[in-house]
Amino acid sequence: MTTLTDLTVASALDGLGHGDFSARELTEAHLGAMEAARGLNAFITETPEKARAMADASDVRRRKGKAGALDGIPVAIKDLFCTNGVLTTAGSHILDGFVPPYESSVTANLWRAGAVMLGKANMDEFAMGSSNLTSYYGAVVNPWKRKGENVALVPGGSSGGSAAAVSARLAMAATGTDTGGSIRQPASFCGIVGLKPTYGRCSRWGIVAFASSLDQAGPFARTVEDVAILLGAMAGHDPKDSTSADVPLPDFRAALAGGVRGMRIGIPKEYRIDGMPAEIERLWQQGRDWLKAAGAEIVDISLPHTKYALPTYYIIAPAEASSNLARYDGVRFGLRVEGKSLSDMYELTRQAGFGAEVKRRVLIGTYVLSAGYYDAYYLKAQKLRTLIARDFTQAFDKVDAILTPTSPNAAFATDAKMDDPVQMYLNDVFTVTANLAGLPGLSVPAGLSVEGLPLGLQVIGRAFDEATVLRVGRALEQAAEFKARPASLL
Amino acid sequence: MTIDRKTVAHIATLARIRLSPAEADSLTRELDGILHWIEQLGEVATDGVEPMAGVGNMTLPRRPDVVTDGGYPEKILANAPERAAGFFAVPKVIE
Repeated sequence: MTTLTDLTVASALDGLGHGDFSARELTEAHLGAMEAARGLNAFITETPEKARAMADASDVRRRKGKAGALDGIPVAIKDLFCTNGVLTTAGSHILDGFVPPYESSVTANLWRAGAVMLGKANMDEFAMGSSNLTSYYGAVVNPWKRKGENVALVPGGSSGGSAAAVSARLAMAATGTDTGGSIRQPASFCGIVGLKPTYGRCSRWGIVAFASSLDQAGPFARTVEDVAILLGAMAGHDPKDSTSADVPLPDFRAALAGGVRGMRIGIPKEYRIDGMPAEIERLWQQGRDWLKAAGAEIVDISLPHTKYALPTYYIIAPAEASSNLARYDGVRFGLRVEGKSLSDMYELTRQAGFGAEVKRRVLIGTYVLSAGYYDAYYLKAQKLRTLIARDFTQAFDKVDAILTPTSPNAAFATDAKMDDPVQMYLNDVFTVTANLAGLPGLSVPAGLSVEGLPLGLQVIGRAFDEATVLRVGRALEQAAEFKARPASLL
Repeated sequence: MTIDRKTVAHIATLARIRLSPAEADSLTRELDGILHWIEQLGEVATDGVEPMAGVGNMTLPRRPDVVTDGGYPEKILANAPERAAGFFAVPKVIE
């Protein structure tokens, strides 16, 4: 029999339903795996007592025939989601000791469906990063290693702890958030599936805000079907978030059955960037061949403003962040550093509480919004955003979904020299576009690099058409037959 | 040079972040690099293009103008670094 931690969410739900094992047993197996894998630093806070209580309650519900869609499934929660009575840090020193007296809407939806919380996953500080190296609570170690090496690699970011936990079989699934690629890039680096839903699909209420017009919560799991199940439980209209969309919620799992025959899949020529490793190009070609073999029609398309997406993002996201992060002032919650005056206290608190990357972005945001620069930077970026979104609208007149690589590279070493912040930003070159346009994007593990590291392919779809995105992802998954396991399990 | 040390010091004051001299030096270099990279947006003609502040329906939903939340000061103050008489307390502002 497969060990409980190796099960998919779908098969665990079957097993629980048949009484093969209890939610408590399933949770204990994962708590044991978490304990054995503390070296990965995937969690900031483990909540074993809460997990056991939730699992026991799940077993009671199942006995009464009242099990929900995710009843008894142990999950990790990115430490950006506020959890009632449980420390929530956003990976930052400035939220020291912050225990929310409320629950985020997405996690409340998960608990309503019966999911079990294992703990709060590590992440880049305020979700700003592509490596998990900016966390105040230390780097997360990717469960994967290069062939024949023992060098610690990054799990990607910002949802690095969530991705590492699912990849290393510490959690069956996890929540993440994606502002510029923070679900899809770590999913690619850790060899798992990650979905950024359409902007507005999942409520942002109770999620620590980074860039409000771009942030979107989504699931990680090890199969496309599991991600579809998770999305169904996380998503839904929420009156507490005015940008939450009041649209019908399809049965994402049922939608997988359709296949891709007759679908038109766009290949954007602008994603063939200079210096892209040959193995990424090969994987992309492989993806095209797989979808063609599955009956889809491959169509060459153009998204002409692609190269401007990353610099556009690095105006808009820091601008919104500088505004959102103004609330951390040492008055109402978190860290306070005493000063001679009120403004002294603000400045010293924010100096001590924010890490280097957060300071960089808050200062860029302050600069581009400041008098005299607003039009040249911020307004210009908003206009570019219109053009980037329009590229997609025009493309979706011709195609049903778009196929690209997820990231231009595989996981890199935790101690890789990264003196130039722009070098790090380039990790998100293929993912930021979907955030700027508000579209759903899915990363599916599709193969291994020559060094033996996982690489993902990305599917981008029309707004609120996650069903098609997941269906294309399922076709890639079936063709790729990605069975490789991370070094931490060997 | 798009940005100099004096500008960095000014925006740090606007952002209420104290910087050590070493931080100010490295941030000047980094911000200058980032802003130079961003300037490539100038290549694109955007006259007459509508700025996009967000995606989706930008009309905010309306609801009845009634109180739907509140009435729990204890919860609100629970995380305060310092509190006094049911309020958040801060250093003296007026001498």
